[in-house]
Formats: sequence, C-alpha cells, structure tokens
Amino acid sequence: MAIDYAKVGLKVGLEIHQQLNAKTKLFCSCPPELFKEEPEITFLRRLRPTQSELGQIDPAAYFEFLKGVKILYEANKKSACLVEMDEEPPHPLNMDAVEVVLTASLMMNAQPVDEVHVMRKTVIDGSNTTGFQRTCIIALDGWIKIGEKTIPIQAASLEEDAARKTGTENEGKTIRYRIDRLGIPLIEVATGPVIYSPMEAQEVAFAIGRILRDTGKVMRGLGTIRQDLNVSLPNGALIEIKGVQELELISKVVEYEVQRQLGLINVKEELQKRGVKAEDLKGAFVDITEVFKQTKCKVIRKAVDKNQKVMAVKLPKFGGLLKRELMPDFRVGTELSDRAKFWGRVGGIFHTDEMPNYGITAEEVGALQKAVDAGELDAVVFVADTAENVLDALKAVVERAQEAVTGVPAETRTAKDDGTTRYMRPRPGAARMYPETDIPPTLITDEIREQVRKNLPEPAEKKLSRLIKQYGLNEKLAKQLADSEYNILFEDIAKETAVQASTAAAFLTETLKALKREGVQVEKVGEDQIKSIFMAVGSGELAKEAISDVFSWLSRNEGKSVQDAVDALGLKMFTEAELASIVDRIIAANKQSVDKLGKNAYGMLMGAVMKEVRGKANPELVAKLLRERLK
Amino acid sequence: MSQLENSGYKGSALEALKKADCDVGDIIRVTSKGKTYEGILIPRSELGEGTVVIVKMKSGYNIGIRITPDVKIEKIGKGTKPAFASPPLPKQNPALPHVVIMSTGGTIASRVDYRTGAVRSALSASDLYGVVPELSDVAQVDTEIVFSLYSENITQKHWKELAETVAKRIQEGVDGVVIAHGTDTMAYTSAALSFALQNLPVPVVVVGAQRSSDRPSSDAATNLIGAVKAAGEAPFAEVALAMHENVSDTAIALHRGTKVRKCHTSRRDTFKSINGFPIAKVKDQQITMLTNQYQHRDATKKLVLKPNFSEKATLIKFYPGLDPAIIDYYVDKGAKGILLEGSGLGHVSKYCFDSIKNAVAKGVVVALASQCIWGRVNMNVYDTGRDLLSFGVIPLDDMFPETALVKLMWVLGQTNDAKEAIKLLKTNIAGEFSPRTLPQENIFEGGEKTVGN
Repeated sequence: MAIDYAKVGLKVGLEIHQQLNAKTKLFCSCPPELFKEEPEITFLRRLRPTQSELGQIDPAAYFEFLKGVKILYEANKKSACLVEMDEEPPHPLNMDAVEVVLTASLMMNAQPVDEVHVMRKTVIDGSNTTGFQRTCIIALDGWIKIGEKTIPIQAASLEEDAARKTGTENEGKTIRYRIDRLGIPLIEVATGPVIYSPMEAQEVAFAIGRILRDTGKVMRGLGTIRQDLNVSLPNGALIEIKGVQELELISKVVEYEVQRQLGLINVKEELQKRGVKAEDLKGAFVDITEVFKQTKCKVIRKAVDKNQKVMAVKLPKFGGLLKRELMPDFRVGTELSDRAKFWGRVGGIFHTDEMPNYGITAEEVGALQKAVDAGELDAVVFVADTAENVLDALKAVVERAQEAVTGVPAETRTAKDDGTTRYMRPRPGAARMYPETDIPPTLITDEIREQVRKNLPEPAEKKLSRLIKQYGLNEKLAKQLADSEYNILFEDIAKETAVQASTAAAFLTETLKALKREGVQVEKVGEDQIKSIFMAVGSGELAKEAISDVFSWLSRNEGKSVQDAVDALGLKMFTEAELASIVDRIIAANKQSVDKLGKNAYGMLMGAVMKEVRGKANPELVAKLLRERLK
Repeated sequence: MSQLENSGYKGSALEALKKADCDVGDIIRVTSKGKTYEGILIPRSELGEGTVVIVKMKSGYNIGIRITPDVKIEKIGKGTKPAFASPPLPKQNPALPHVVIMSTGGTIASRVDYRTGAVRSALSASDLYGVVPELSDVAQVDTEIVFSLYSENITQKHWKELAETVAKRIQEGVDGVVIAHGTDTMAYTSAALSFALQNLPVPVVVVGAQRSSDRPSSDAATNLIGAVKAAGEAPFAEVALAMHENVSDTAIALHRGTKVRKCHTSRRDTFKSINGFPIAKVKDQQITMLTNQYQHRDATKKLVLKPNFSEKATLIKFYPGLDPAIIDYYVDKGAKGILLEGSGLGHVSKYCFDSIKNAVAKGVVVALASQCIWGRVNMNVYDTGRDLLSFGVIPLDDMFPETALVKLMWVLGQTNDAKEAIKLLKTNIAGEFSPRTLPQENIFEGGEKTVGN
C-alpha cells in the first residue's frame, strides 16, 4: 500500500557526519587509522554519571552504572596515544580540520561564528573514554538549494569520532570498545526538519554529501559517512535514527520508520478497543523454571543446565498482537525483545504468539500459561538467563508494553543494513553540554575567513563547463564526473599521467559503476591506488585494457600495491625486445603466408601476435615492429 | 548584585552588556551581520578575548560573537538560579567504621551546572554521598574543610595546621582519616604528615584525582572509595597515599607517605613508590597488604604530634655549569639547611666545593640526595663523593630529593642544633630509608599488564 507522506504529516531532519581526511586526529597527533589485529594494549574503565546542578542524570547511563557495567578498551600504539586513553589532556584544536568545516560552511551559505568554543557532550555508553564527546559549532544558519526548494542548514559542527564497539562479554557486563577511531575529526551538518518524503531525504543527503566531497578534504568509503535521521509523525513520535551508512538506504529507512509508527498507532487503537490500560500491565513475574526441567528447547536447556532462571510475565489482552509485523522481519514482539536485550542484557525473549516453536512443546506452553494464569486472549513473555538479567529484561518488556497503550515511544534507534531499525537507547534528556576547559576558545579571524573564501572549490555548474572545455570530455561523461566522488582524483590523473583524459573519466564513472554492479567492493580501493594504476598505464607498464582487472584484484587484496596486482595477474608488459622475438617467431611460423602475401600479411600477423600478447603489450608497438619486418 | 564585573568581559563588550542591562545567566539576543543569536550569557575566562560575547544556545552549544559598534544586544529574559536538590542523606550503617574526610582544596567531588558550565565542588557529607553514593556502604563519613587551596599554594604552615587537625580528630577517636589534596604537591604533604604524625593508632590516607571529578571518567570517586575503605579498615597505621595502581579503574595502590612521588604529568597512575613498593592495595572492596613490614593499627597507641617545619631549608639542584654563588646566596640569607640534588651516586662539581665548605662552616646542614630519583647514593665510589663527605655533606641514602627536603624542613623545625639535626636526619623516622633495594619493573607499562588482573 503506497503511503501518502504529506497526508500522514511526515517530517524529517538530517544530520550528516563525515570523517575529514586530515593528517592527524582532532585533538592529538595520532594518524586517523583503524587496526584489525589483536590489540596491543587493553584497559578497563567505569564511567560514572556526573550529576548536574538539577540532579539530572541520563537514565540509561545511570542504569548501566548501577549494574556495574565496565568497559574494556582496546588500543594499539600506532593509532592511539595517551590522549585517546584519557590519560593526557587534549592538544589544541586541529586547525586544518576547522578550515575544512569552514569551507563546507561557506559553500552552504552559513555564517561562521566569531569564536569557536569546544564543548563536552556527555556520552557515557563507553564510546568515549572521557565520558563525553568533544564538539564545537563552526557556522550557523545556512541554506542549500535543491531544485526550487531551499533547505535550511541549521549548523555545521566539528566533532571527534567515537570509539567503535567490538563486542560484549561477561553476561553483557563488560563492553569492548576499540579506541582507534576515537578522535578522528568529523563534520556534522544538520538540516531543518523540512523534508517531507523518504526520497527527498535521500536527495538532500546526496546534495550535502556532494558539497562535502567537493571540499576535497573528506574521507570516502564505508564507515566514513554516517547519516542520522530525525523522523516524526504528528500522531507518532520524534525518533532519532543513528548511523545510516549508505546513502541509498535513507529513503528505505524513512519508509520503514513511517510503517513502524503507523503500525504502532494501529496497535494502540486495537489495545484501546480491547479496553487495555497501562495500569493493567503489572510486573508480576513468575518463576517457571520447573516447567522446563525436561525441555528440548536448546536455549532454555542451556540456561537451566547453568542453574539460571526462566521467568514469565502475562500481558493481558495482548494475544495475537505480538506477532503483528511492523517492518520486514520485525514484529511488535521484536520491540519488546529489543528492550529486554538492552536493559536485561539477555539474548532475546520468547512469547506465546510464536508458540509452539524453538523446541518448546504445546504442553510446556500450556503449563506456563497456567502458571501465570493467562487465557487465550493474553500473551505471555518469558526469558531464560541469570535471575538478575531475567528480572531486568521482564521489567523492560512490561514498560514497553505499557508504552504500546499510549502509542509510539520517543527513542533513539539504530539503522540496520536492510533499512530496518532497532531500539538503541532512550532519548537523551536536555542537551547535557558544558565547556571543554582544556581547550582555549579559537578566534575565527577575518584573515582565516577570507583565506578560506578565496580558496573555495569552484561551484558545480562552473566545474561542469570547465571539465568539458579543459579535458575535451563529452557532456554526458563530464556530468557524470562532476557528480562523482572521484572528480578531484580525475583531474589529478589527467594532469599527472600520460593517460588520455577520456579513458580516466570513463573508468572513474561508467566502468566503476559497472564493477560495483558486478559486486566488486570499489570502496576498498583507495584513491592513491587508483592513481598508481593510471601512472602505470601512462608509463607503459600496464595496458589500459587491464585497468579493470587490476582494480578488481586490489579490491580483493587490501593493502597490496599495483605492482603486486601486475605480478599476481601476470600482466607484466613485454619489453620491446621480448615483443620483437615473439613477432619474429610468429613470422617464422607463418613463413609460407608471409612469402606469399608480403605486406598484405600484416592483418593476419597482427591478429596472431595480439592474440598472444593482449593486455601485456601496446598494440601500436606491435604494429611498428611488424611493419619494420614486412618492409 | 551584577556578576558582570567579574565575568571576564572587557572594553566594548562590557559596555554593550551593561548598556543592555544584561547579567551573566540572562537570556540575551545578539544581532550581528544580519543574523540573530539567542541564548544564555556565559562568563569568560579572565585571560581570554574580552570583546567576544559567549552565548549558550538552546542546543547547548556555546558560540562567541564579536562585539562591534553595529552589533545589537538585547536582554530577553532574566536568568534563573539553579536550585540543586541534595539527595537525602543515606542511612548511616552503625556497623561501619567512622572516617573523616578532610578537604584541602581541589574538587575531589563536584557537580556540573550544565546551564553555565560552572563546576561546583561538593564538600558537605550529604553532597559527597550524592556524588559518590557508594561511600555509605564503606564507612560512616564525616567531612571537614581544612582549607581551600590549589596544592601548589600549600606550604609548611599548612602542613602544621593539617597535622594538628588530623591529630585532633584521631584523639576524638575516628577509625581513620582521609585527606583530599591536589595531586601536584600531594607527595610532599604525605611525607610531611609522615614525619609530623608519629606512633599513629589509625591510618591517615591522602588522596587526589588526575581527572577532575566533573568528568564521567574521573578517577576521583574510585580513589576516594579506596582511600575511605583503607582508612576505615586497613590493618596498617601509617600515612599512605591512595591513587590508581595503573590506567584501569581496577585497583587502588596505597603508597607509603615517605616513599611516593608524582612521576607523570597526567596519567592516573602518576604516583609511584620509589625505591620500594606500595604497602597495600584495594581491589573489589578488598584490602590486600603487600608487605609485612608496616606499623599496625592499634587504637590504644598514643599519637605523637610534631608539627613544626622550618622555612629555612632549601633545595639546590646541581646541573652542569651551576653557579656556586647560588649556594652562597642561601647561606647569606640565613639558610639552616641545604639539600643538594646531586648527580649520579651523589656528586656536585668541584667548582662548588668552596661554597659548600663555607656553608658547613657557617653551621648549615648540607645533605645530599640523588637527582636520579631511583637508587641509593654512595659517595665512597668516586673522589668527588669522598671529598664531599670530608666537607661534612650528609648522604641521604635511598631517599629521593622531595622527601629528603621535607625531612630536612621537619628536622630543622625540631631543633636548632646542627649536630642534633644531622642525627635526626639520619634516623629512620617513617620508613623513609630502606636498607634493601629490590629490582623494580618498568613503572609505566603501556602493555597488556595495564589491565587490572
């Protein structure tokens, strides 16, 4: 069923985050690099919710603290120093990064602030060793045009990227984070909530992404860009969706979120019809471990064997609603389960709407329904884990069920690769920011502003006509190139190598698109590597017919060089002497024809030689050698 | 009263703010270059650019707007004073020991005013419980503010006052004392108290933090809990310094007050035992003694208070090219003791010999500790050392310079007689000398061992 987004009153605002291609991190001199190996250093920390003057504490953070959640940080010496470990104060703000954000700000018609103040935004899930993220506003109040529509840009900020989560252990009580990513400079661009359809959200994100790319100073590839979406419906709630990595996914994420909210509104109406009130849902948890003494269900078996508990709670008149689908492969039951996982550190929940299943028999279901005094109209949720985790999980389930009676709970969700979203945490309270006193305020002087203004990248329309004129490209190719993230790389290649501009342009646009369609992971090949391929072509070491093969090989063999690819693929070009001997051999083998045809044997011989050396020889050189011999 | 005068604003900005009748904390609107900015007026640091107005916007971000003649400032709302509701005092568990937490300054516990960004210290018992609620499971805590000073401003007279205050509370019968202190000179104070408070019946634990307590990652709470635990229950009765054992929030090391030194500018485990090892550690709320060589807790012991420190002792660090006139200068100014921070095994260049001889002749106690920090001086190995000994320079064995200086100050606070002073200086009062030096591992490990085990 097509949704009329205007009618449902959809409003979307975007926050685009992209890593800057800076030499160092934002507050220290570490290179912005990630590592895959085992960590060289680990250390264990706890983060304590700090109390504000008003006594407010972030509820999720405080809960985790009370539960004794610890964070195990992983580091190596190449990508982190004492600054990331929170063992040394931050160094002064990386001014190169400030200039990149200023550049993007001016391109979006935003007004730079006169003085930059770095703030600490409290984040105590462990993703920042300090317990806060350092962030600062560089410019405010800009706009970009998309077609006829003006999209307001509320702010352009500069902030440090967070550590990345690498796992949990110890029944969820130890969370592992890797601090290599911590401190990489990020630009954040926030739009006003004036986007009214999923497709429009994607277009706006694309337009902002292109501006950022045109600065020439942002990283590219998976994981370097993350879009946060604020999606709201008038009868639903404002939902903050974090971490959409693929641009192409944005419209789908918004679509699914609208579906989810409409679905939840339906559930609310159904519950009201059934006469369910939030206060009917009570946290009366019943120990039903006995029911499963002989169970064939593997998950419960494992828990019972470990002497853990199985406990259940009745959700009166919820029968049948938990299996209702809200998004693909995501039901109302999943909403409950996500909460249980977060607050109770459990692997998941079971509920009667999906029973009998997972090796749980109809008899067991009957027994547990009896234990909690549940009838056909009721749903029962049950969980197997440690007693503490089970109680926390069921409490969270009941809370979520109570919210279902009132509609859509406002929360922060995280985007999955398929476009669906999952519960991440409750919405943080009022902005919990205070000044980063370790970093003095930074004046944006008129000189800096003018310097940036003078060096602004050329506007898109100008670039298009220049590409056509300067490199003799046709309009279609030039347009594709101007839209491409490789347009700066293209000019480098065109200027610095002897390769024909149109060859480079076609490869960087059409060929790459085709390769991506074929499943080649194009983002795995860096710009430096692409440039090296063309250098090799330009100097005659590589045939231009072999470009795609070398590129694909590099995408499969990260960290290898173009030379490695040439060796591995056997693409080494024949030297002139080697070619000459091949030509001589083939002439000798065809002596009869050559004697008979003389110069007219050229076509036949050319075909025979090229068949043997294609991809490893320049055809013009072969032609020259042949002609010399046929004189 | 207007807070504007002390707000750090100067010149045109101050004038404009006054004219618009704006005070710190008020909601203001600034119009500059055709754009308007609304938010709370935030004070500036005294040293910053005084003509840029800082506004905290609704988003929570601060931004700075330069005040020029064409910038308009309006007041659009009066500031509201934050009202902090202290949580109710938790029920004291009468089974737990009585510990008094004394504050000398710094912010071992503090709250953030997110409205203005100000950090306020929490020092009353109820504030402290509010910020570190676990304390109520560790001890019955009482608090006392002795003074509010940055540690670099603490001098001999403060040591005296502090020692006297501690003595008073111990005589009243507390089970242990914790002293919150800025970390810069915390080891000097620990050494001073070690000499001033003798025959202790209960532990005195000095504690600080390397990350300020307004941060979620602060080490303050863990250190404080460890310190209170040790003060209330540890079997030793000495002055100890409690800080992180390594960069993990796992264990708190308790160092002997005379053997501990700040060794890193910023790490949590900055304090290390020098020429010795920590005497105990607290991990998972368990105290483990790491040696059997310690003074035992015994409530019947009678505390001996010797709180005087001389201001006439000084430290001179030898370096290549040191001008010996500096030694003469101190002698002329009436110094009663000079601690030479010699090189290596205990050496000072021969061009200083005359000045040193002159000092000794004038009755100044001249002692020597090594600038190597680790190891023991031995002035019998080279000629220079033997020469210095012959002039009457007192070698201070394995005491590192800071503790040696504090001891010299204390000794000269006890007696005016040089001979008596030298005798006292060479006597082991509070574990400052250790006859055996054992091999010590690299003190700042970066590797896997930094994980608490």
